[in-house]
Amino acid sequence: MDPSRKRAIRLSVALTAALLLATSLIYVSFNAGRDEFTASQLLKRAQPGGQYILAGTVLDGSVRYVGAKLYFSIRDPKQHVAVPVRYSGIVPDPFAAGRAVLVNVTDEHGTFVGEPNSLTTKCPSKYQAASGAYS
Amino acid sequence: MGQLGRALLLLGLGVAAYGAGASLYGVRAGRRDWVDSGRRAVYALAGLMVLAFVVLEIAFLRNDFSFTVVAQTSSTTTPTFYKLTAPWSSQQGSLLLWVTLSSLWSSLVLFLTRRRLREIAPYATAVLLGFSGFFLALAAFAANPFHTVANPPADGAGLDPLLQHPSMMFHPPMLYSGYTLMAIPFAFGVGALISGKLGSEWIRDTRRFALAGWLFLGTGIILGARWSYTELGWGGYWGWDAVENAALMPWLCITAFIHSIQIQEKRGMLKVWNMSLIMLAGTLAVFGTFLVRSGVLDSIHAFGASTLGVPFVALLAVMIASSIGLIVWRRERLRSEHELDSLLSREAMFVFQNLVLVAIVFVIFWITLFPLISQALTGTKVSVGPPAFTPFVVPLALILMLLTGIGPMISWRRATVANLKRNFSFPVAAGLITLVAVLGLTDAGRKPFAVAAFALGAFVAAGVFQELYRGAGARRASTHDAWPVAVFALVRRNRRRYGGYTVHLGLAVLLVGVAASSSFQHSSDVWLKPGQSAHLDGYTFRYVRPTASASPTKLEFGAVLDVMRGRRHVVTLNPTRGYYPSVNASDGPIGRFFDNTNADTTVGLDAGPLRDIWTVANPNLQPLAGEIDRGNQVFTAEIDKVIQQTSNLSLARQSAALAPIWILRDEAVAGLVRDYARHGWPVEFQVLVMPLVTWLWVGATIIGFGGLLALWPLPALARRRRLAPYRARLARELV
Repeated sequence: MDPSRKRAIRLSVALTAALLLATSLIYVSFNAGRDEFTASQLLKRAQPGGQYILAGTVLDGSVRYVGAKLYFSIRDPKQHVAVPVRYSGIVPDPFAAGRAVLVNVTDEHGTFVGEPNSLTTKCPSKYQAASGAYS
Repeated sequence: MGQLGRALLLLGLGVAAYGAGASLYGVRAGRRDWVDSGRRAVYALAGLMVLAFVVLEIAFLRNDFSFTVVAQTSSTTTPTFYKLTAPWSSQQGSLLLWVTLSSLWSSLVLFLTRRRLREIAPYATAVLLGFSGFFLALAAFAANPFHTVANPPADGAGLDPLLQHPSMMFHPPMLYSGYTLMAIPFAFGVGALISGKLGSEWIRDTRRFALAGWLFLGTGIILGARWSYTELGWGGYWGWDAVENAALMPWLCITAFIHSIQIQEKRGMLKVWNMSLIMLAGTLAVFGTFLVRSGVLDSIHAFGASTLGVPFVALLAVMIASSIGLIVWRRERLRSEHELDSLLSREAMFVFQNLVLVAIVFVIFWITLFPLISQALTGTKVSVGPPAFTPFVVPLALILMLLTGIGPMISWRRATVANLKRNFSFPVAAGLITLVAVLGLTDAGRKPFAVAAFALGAFVAAGVFQELYRGAGARRASTHDAWPVAVFALVRRNRRRYGGYTVHLGLAVLLVGVAASSSFQHSSDVWLKPGQSAHLDGYTFRYVRPTASASPTKLEFGAVLDVMRGRRHVVTLNPTRGYYPSVNASDGPIGRFFDNTNADTTVGLDAGPLRDIWTVANPNLQPLAGEIDRGNQVFTAEIDKVIQQTSNLSLARQSAALAPIWILRDEAVAGLVRDYARHGWPVEFQVLVMPLVTWLWVGATIIGFGGLLALWPLPALARRRRLAPYRARLARELV
């Protein structure tokens, strides 16, 4: 076969494969992805029974345990709005007030209940100053 | 000390600027003395940066809390080992580490090439000093590790408990070494493009650094995976986290380069592709550093609010634009000297393998950045996790495994039927036998991808052993050596080749470990009282009793967990949770010792060749809450009383007056710890049984060994033989 024709065929096959990969990647990422809500977005849009991914910062002073349940509030990093969350399940080590978290929640008539073991916490920032010193 | 450090940074910045300028002037004006001076500036910079780093380490060791970074990330109670690691736990210190490593690696490569690559090295020097200058400028003006305060605190905040792990000593420096080593082929690639000297010599001289970067970055990734595996909430050994992905992408690129460069060396093909891979790997290494520091993406890893994003974006823009521009400018000189003869050839397999690796990089890049892309397109940030990666990465990884097996066995240029039959019969049979055995003897058939990984693993391993057997057999035919001697001599004289085969074997083992542990994992979360049991995957987990202890640095609560299989005792595990005193005054004088958000978990792990049993315990301290509250009230009142009574005394006398209260407080805390151990309150356990996960670490170790083998210098005679083709090629190019 003519080498230039051979090259053209190979290029067409490679480009078709790349196009297929790109198309399926775009399709899957839009379908596999779930919207991430801030506290203010969640308060506006949440419907009873709806499941959401809530992202934000753990409100200072909001963390408390009652029995086996962990209660905390997640605040919107840009607005003075916070959403209370009730969570059960293993709590990641880095979880603490002031740290950024993601948690899957279900709106149970105004109470946001965290899905067990869905809590993800950013690592205690290597690159953030600690809030104070030992007394 | 702080002034000395700041002076070293500024001096380093001046030296970097001078060196870059001298190198460029020297090469443009044909002044060798200026070029040499530019190179020596790199050595000087390395000396200055090592000195600066030593100054910072001394500040940590001396508990010099006038350094802001020391006060933020260390304390008097931080163990010495972790004081040594604390510098790179901060943004400021890690930037200094980056420059130090970069200048050291740059010095090494420029020293080794000081009598060669005369047209390319000056440009490379300027690029390397440009990188160092960029990071130095950030360290000097945006995140200064030598920033000091006039009134230092009495003690520091301490290193975060989660970072107090032995891996902290090795994981970040390994990653940084990998990232900084990626800059070397990048810089020499730019030098080759600018100078137009696009022959083989610069590739031969810098390939070792690309391989070293591959090895360091890979080691850093695997150390991070191991660390993550033993931490609660870090996503196991691999969580497709943005920062993990950021390290994996340049590693995959350089893996592709290490393979495809062989085609350029042997046949003068793929020049544009190889140059693009080098540029991509260098750019992705900076991109990875940018991701860690900018905080643009959610990650379980350390991201702080940072102002460093914009300079990094600017640097990335310059790198991408100059890479594309230079390659387009030199496209004529980068034209392939030969065509691909056949799709059934080693060249073609390498090309396919490269395409698969780049496809994986593209998939990871797209999905990692997808939250930002979706936010830009739709205004809503979208969370994507492992479910988005696996449909693409798993099949691509299987294709990669297949090509890993085929590549070393298929002929160069064009494979014949006889070649295919001779080289593939045994590996294909090994793969098929494994497939049949796995399907027939286990219930693994429900996970087809895992089964395919097992069969392909056997195929790759059989191919590697066949090559080794044949090579050693040929040697024995002429030398009559014993088998071990023949194998040793064969490997010793062909380190790059057999190092590569060893890496392939390690990859097969690693992927089998990943496939088995991720596909056939069992997990359960249970609440147990002492004496109660839970069952998982044929194992019984019995909570025997609680454990509790107090030490000066932390309180530790845990559980003794007996694991049985039927009537056979398998292991006794002791998962614990350590509580470090919090710095939050609102926790109270007693409560600060029991802050659940200032704790870290030690996994109870029983690792074995067939399965790992992984357990964590989340002690329930709620029953102590009442006592803690009462303790807070009593001690707060006592402390306030003493402070009031001694308000007119000196600080030292006030501290002396408070000392008895601290003793009583410590006794009260110890009493609460004993209380916990006495009572059998329920504890929440997470238990996992993961098959073959040990083989992941074994595979990674084999890969590391193979990498070292390929990197190790050849004996003199073998090196001369090995270099003969390059020299011939170089002579042809010069003619």
